[in-house]
Amino acid sequence: MSRWLPRTYLTLVYLLLYVPILVLVVFSFNDSRSGYAWGGLSLRWYEALFNNRAMVQAMWNSLWLALSAATVSTVIGALTALALHRYRFRGKQVLNGMLFVVMMSPEIVLAISLLGLFLLVGLQLGYVSLLLAHVTFCLPFVVITVMARLSGFDERLPEAARDLGASDFTMTRTVLIPVIMPALLAGWLLGFTLSLDDVVVSTFVGGPSYEILPLRIYSMVRVGLKPEVNALGTLLLVFSLVMLMLSQWILLRSKR
Amino acid sequence: MRSVMQQPFRTAVLVLVWGWLLFLVLTPNLLVIGASVMTRDPGTFISLPLNLDAYRQLFNPLYLDVFLHSLYMAAMTTLICLLIGYPFAWALSKVPRQRQMLLIFLLIVPFWTNSLVRTYALKLILATNGLLNNALMSVGLIDQPMQMLYTEGAVIIGLVYLLLPFMILPLYAVFDDLREDLLRASHDLGAGRLATFVHIIVPMTLPGVLAGVMLVLLPAMGLFFVPDILGGSRNLLVGNVIKNQFLDARNWPFGAAASIMLTLAMAFLMFAHRLSKRRIGEEGV
Repeated sequence: MSRWLPRTYLTLVYLLLYVPILVLVVFSFNDSRSGYAWGGLSLRWYEALFNNRAMVQAMWNSLWLALSAATVSTVIGALTALALHRYRFRGKQVLNGMLFVVMMSPEIVLAISLLGLFLLVGLQLGYVSLLLAHVTFCLPFVVITVMARLSGFDERLPEAARDLGASDFTMTRTVLIPVIMPALLAGWLLGFTLSLDDVVVSTFVGGPSYEILPLRIYSMVRVGLKPEVNALGTLLLVFSLVMLMLSQWILLRSKR
Repeated sequence: MRSVMQQPFRTAVLVLVWGWLLFLVLTPNLLVIGASVMTRDPGTFISLPLNLDAYRQLFNPLYLDVFLHSLYMAAMTTLICLLIGYPFAWALSKVPRQRQMLLIFLLIVPFWTNSLVRTYALKLILATNGLLNNALMSVGLIDQPMQMLYTEGAVIIGLVYLLLPFMILPLYAVFDDLREDLLRASHDLGAGRLATFVHIIVPMTLPGVLAGVMLVLLPAMGLFFVPDILGGSRNLLVGNVIKNQFLDARNWPFGAAASIMLTLAMAFLMFAHRLSKRRIGEEGV
């Protein structure tokens, strides 16, 4: 097979994937109000963005939610992975199955099931309901990341620690945690990004008391074009790019 | 086996993990199943008596049309993703290792970018006075701007754009595992390119195809914000129906029944995927 054909094809598909993102970034610096025609360079939409108090509040809310959801899901996810890896207990398959269901079921199914639960127990929709929901859909991803790390790990180390008299807790703290540290960081970053990006689940379990960024963008883009969204999208793009590179760097470095 | 007192850490971990999953995964899912067989109630959302009205309502011609249209758009999305993704994954698996890593990284960057924002970016391109119409008019291919936004095509383009990486990644995984010796053996035994493709490559990559279909087809029925932004009111997905039933019409049994249908579809696809893998395990070397 000639070599240029596959190469041209790859390039073409990458172009298709990146053109919309590029358009967004370029138009975020557009001075024109119309949104389609080019009217010269300007930072006015970034300015408009930061002068919009409700928008800035939503940004902080989203960041705080993503931070807390990533942290809680990393702690619980890591403990789950350790339990699955180290302990033998009844119902292990069931536990695995539930994690699998969360990961595979369509987001909207998870969303309505959680909404039903929160209304049943009388939880007011807001920060707490969003946090519980986000931790739940981030959890399987953290578990998988940590499990992958644990599966390539020398089993004799924890045994040695136990033989030297360390309790389960001490052994976990001094032997296992350092080993899974890169996976914890990668899982945390993944959770952070998933939480920041989520629209479907948040639409159902979010409430007016705690407005977050994706929901605000959603209500903005449903009607017409809003040039501020270009600026906001560009900021989010840069932000997730940094996060992604960070997580890849951590994973690559730990493999050496 | 040591007693609970001697292993407080183990006990604490297991209680926390089980507690979380039972409360936030098992209970909610049982609730949905329960809600789907109850009666709609304006005050408490659902009430007794138990019945199958919600499931019957799914087959009401009005909704059946929406579901079939949604299924059609999702199927087209999946097909286009497969047609673009299959040769793409194949070409990707032939690229030298070092560059492959970079290309895969470039493939998942969009996946990490806010999907709402990316859908919105398509709007900039597809709008009546948007970039694509302007470009086509300036090169003289069309005289009048075409209506691209708020069409079935726009929804499909949006879904393909968001879901393409989910088709490519599992396909790449199977192409990466494709054994060169089998291809050579087929060639040595006198098979032409087409015969090798049909008898070796297609069956060997089938699990990847099914995994990709699974990862694209179901989200393509649920991503309600894509029609909201690109499709107008006539091109709804099952996700839009579920969302409307829960948040606007407050018809919980019906919304629950629709979401159970989606879950069943997922279970069916997973079963097919497992089956295809097992078949290859038996027939393979």
